[in-house]
Amino acid sequence: MGEEATSAQLTEGLRSMPSGSAVLVRMHSASYTDSYFATLSSVLREYVMEVRGYTVYVSVTNPASLLIDILGSVDIPTSNVSFVDVTSYMMVGKGNRSSNTTYVESPTMLETIMLRVEYLLRRNTSEKKIVVIDSVSSLAIHNNNRILQEFLHILVNKLKSLGAVTVILTVIEETAPELSNVLSLICDANITLQVEAPK
Amino acid sequence: MAAPNSKVNLPRCPTGIEGLDNILDGGIPRGCTVLLTGSCGTGKTTLGLEYLVRGALAGEKSMFLSVTEASERIIENLSTFEFFDKKIIDEGRLVFIDIPILYEKLGLTKQELTPEDIDLLIGAIVDLASTLKIQRLVLDSVTSVCFRIRHEEKIRDFILKLGKSLSDIVCTTLLVSEIGPQADRYSLYGVEENIADGVILLGNMQRHGDLLRTLQIIKVRGAQHSRAQYVIEITPLGIFLAPFLKGGGRESTNNG
Repeated sequence: MGEEATSAQLTEGLRSMPSGSAVLVRMHSASYTDSYFATLSSVLREYVMEVRGYTVYVSVTNPASLLIDILGSVDIPTSNVSFVDVTSYMMVGKGNRSSNTTYVESPTMLETIMLRVEYLLRRNTSEKKIVVIDSVSSLAIHNNNRILQEFLHILVNKLKSLGAVTVILTVIEETAPELSNVLSLICDANITLQVEAPK
Repeated sequence: MAAPNSKVNLPRCPTGIEGLDNILDGGIPRGCTVLLTGSCGTGKTTLGLEYLVRGALAGEKSMFLSVTEASERIIENLSTFEFFDKKIIDEGRLVFIDIPILYEKLGLTKQELTPEDIDLLIGAIVDLASTLKIQRLVLDSVTSVCFRIRHEEKIRDFILKLGKSLSDIVCTTLLVSEIGPQADRYSLYGVEENIADGVILLGNMQRHGDLLRTLQIIKVRGAQHSRAQYVIEITPLGIFLAPFLKGGGRESTNNG
C-alpha cells in the first residue's frame, strides 16, 4: 500500500528526495478532488517557491490552461513550470496557446511525451528539476497496461539518468494491479495521500 | 590472429546526435559511406544537416551537396535550429554546393550521364572534398543523381567509385536516398544499399492512427550497432530518440 501521509508530510517528504529519485503519490477516488488539489499545491509550491527548481508538468487529467488558472488562484507562479499538455491539442487554437505549454496530439503518443519531457529538461539549466506525471490513471484510459508499463519503466529510468525527481500521480481504485506492481518497482517512495479532516 | 570482427575498433565519427551515437556504439566508422534512406517527411535532410553542423562545430570541415533544393533555402531552414551557428558557414567550416551548378560547370547538360560524365562528376566532388579538407559529406540526394545515371550497373559503379574515393581521404559520407512510403527495399534502384557500408532507415509508422517518425540502423560495417527501432522527434535542439514501445503492437508500417 505504501506509506500514508498528509499533504504537509508529502511536502516534507519531497524536500528530502535526492536528485534522480521517483515518488509515487496514490490517491483514493473517494477523496480524489481534495487529494488532487492538495498534491498539486504541495508539489508545486515546494518546487517552484521553496526549491526554486524547474518543473515539467505532464497534464493528462486536465488541460494545462486549467492548471495554470488554479495555480494562479493560489499564488503559485508558473514562470518556471513547463506544461506538456496531452489533452487539448485539437481544442486550443494557436492564438490561445500559452507560451510555457507544449502540446502532444494524443495520450497514446507515449514516445512523443517521453521525448518532449527530455527536450524541456535538456534546454533548462536549473540544477533542481522535477517532472510530474498527472496521471497514470488518465493515461490508462487511452493505453493498454502492457505499453503503459513499458513507458513508465523507460521514462522513470531516463529521468533518473537526467537527475530529475519524478512525481507520479495515480488513483488507487483506477490502477490495475500489474501497473501498481511496476510503479512500486520503479519508484523509490510510495505515498498514499490522506486528506486531513477539516479543523 | 585477427579478432573475429577487427573492424569494430575503427575510429568513429560521432554524428553529434547523442541518441544516434549511443546506438551506433560511438558513431559511424570513419571513412564509411552510409545510405540514409526513407520516404518524404521522415527527417533525412534534417539528420544529414545536424550531422554536418555538429561536426563543423566540433572543428571538422563539412560539405552539403544539394541536388534538388537551393542552398539559400536550406540555410534558411537551418537557422530555426538552436544548435546552428551561422559562423560555421562564414568561416568555411560548413560548405554548401548546389549540384545543378556543378553539372553546368562540368558541361553535363545531357539528361543521361555517360560513364565519362560520371567519372567527371566523381572527380569534381572528390577534388572539392580533398582541396577543402572535408571530413564529413552529405549528398542529398543520391537518388536524384542516380536518376540521371539510370542503369543499375552504372549506378553500382558510381557509388562504388565515389565511396572508395571519399574513403581514401577519410571522409565520412551520408548518401540520402529517397524511397516510396511502402517500398520493400532501401533504395529506388535496389543496388545502393548493397554497396554502401551502412544503411540507416527512417520511416513513418502508423500506430492506432498516430503517425510516428522512426529510425532503425539496418547495417553499419565495422560497428556493433543496435538493430532496434526508435521513435524520433525533431526539436529546435536537434533530433531526439526514444525506444519504440513494443507493447502497442503495430497497425501498419511505412518503411518503418
